[in-house]
Amino acid sequence: MADPKILVVEDSPTMRQLIVFALKRLKGVTVVEANDGVDGLKKLSSDRFDLVMTDINMPVMDGLKLVSLIRNDATHKDTPIVVITTEGAQEDKDRALSLGANAFVTKPVQSANILKLAQELLKVEGA
Amino acid sequence: MEPHQVMSDEFKPPANKSELFSRAEEFLQAFRKGAEFTQELLKENERLRYKVAELETAASHHAAAGAGNIGALQRRIAELEQERATLLARFQQVEAENKEFASRYVEIEEENNNLANLYIASYQLHSTLDFKEVTQIIQEIILNLIGAEEFAIMLLDERSNVLAPVVQEGLEEGTLPTIQLGSGTIGTVAKVGEPFFYQGEIADHRSSPLNPLVCIPLKIKEHVIGVIVIYKLLQQKKKFANVDYELFTLLAGHAATAIFSSKLYSESERKLSTIQGFIDLLTK
Repeated sequence: MADPKILVVEDSPTMRQLIVFALKRLKGVTVVEANDGVDGLKKLSSDRFDLVMTDINMPVMDGLKLVSLIRNDATHKDTPIVVITTEGAQEDKDRALSLGANAFVTKPVQSANILKLAQELLKVEGA
Repeated sequence: MEPHQVMSDEFKPPANKSELFSRAEEFLQAFRKGAEFTQELLKENERLRYKVAELETAASHHAAAGAGNIGALQRRIAELEQERATLLARFQQVEAENKEFASRYVEIEEENNNLANLYIASYQLHSTLDFKEVTQIIQEIILNLIGAEEFAIMLLDERSNVLAPVVQEGLEEGTLPTIQLGSGTIGTVAKVGEPFFYQGEIADHRSSPLNPLVCIPLKIKEHVIGVIVIYKLLQQKKKFANVDYELFTLLAGHAATAIFSSKLYSESERKLSTIQGFIDLLTK
């Protein structure tokens, strides 16, 4: 994929920076950041993205609501979504997947895992 | 058929002398043909003997040549066997090197991951001078990078020597008591300045406000200003990784200076505001 664009939706600046730091190791990637679900939707409405990575627990609009809205939007219904969750319980993962997420990452997040997932979903190589 | 009848059919005695000569002549001709035939047979025999001798010589030459070829082939096989053994040994060596490289790559990736976490934690801790933001960042690091579910930050009041919680996550308000310096695990960590890690299996640990899983002193050089207390990890986090201990070390120093700097900054801001107000009063 040529110059993929990734949207990272995460309210924690520390987590956001960690994810962005990991994703920037991918060749030619552009990472756009959003603070919450509403901000994420706003950025999705004005641009094309090849991958969305979103936290679940966020103020204003949580990640599960965002996943549901993305899947019901004709423009982005096929965009791969990775959900980042604090909970490791299987039912939470199942819920995220049933709403349309393609994969999930549980905290504490390892940048290597983020990178590997993005490579798999975007079908691109690392730096 | 009767024998005497054959005799009677094939042999008839010559009737006269001329017939006798004629028969003698026939006999001589037959004899000469027989002699010629015998001569031919002898020549053919000689030719065949010569041919046999030739073939025997050729066969012996071929046998000698064949033996030479077998020897050459055996030598070639031995050479190829040796070459194969060398290549096999080289292949095994390269395979072992490959495995070592793969293992080293995993180590480097892990180290890279750890450094990324440490860099981001350090960068974030010093990104603000706002006390509330600093404590928020410490919370994020403990939750997102270490993977703790229940934890608290307690600061030491140097006048009363009491540790009091300023931030708590995953715990109900009011569950954490104030702790006297030197009292219990948490008080001892604050007094001695050495971290505490529960030594048993994390799954077996039963935490309570005075029985933490981990307690890290917040130190500026040897001066302890408070502690980070972890009571419980996220359910998917089964044990501490090497990077967690490095993050604890980083938090012990960097979080302490970040908290201290932000507190000083807040106080100086407050004092500045008071002085500014006072100057405004005097100058108006």
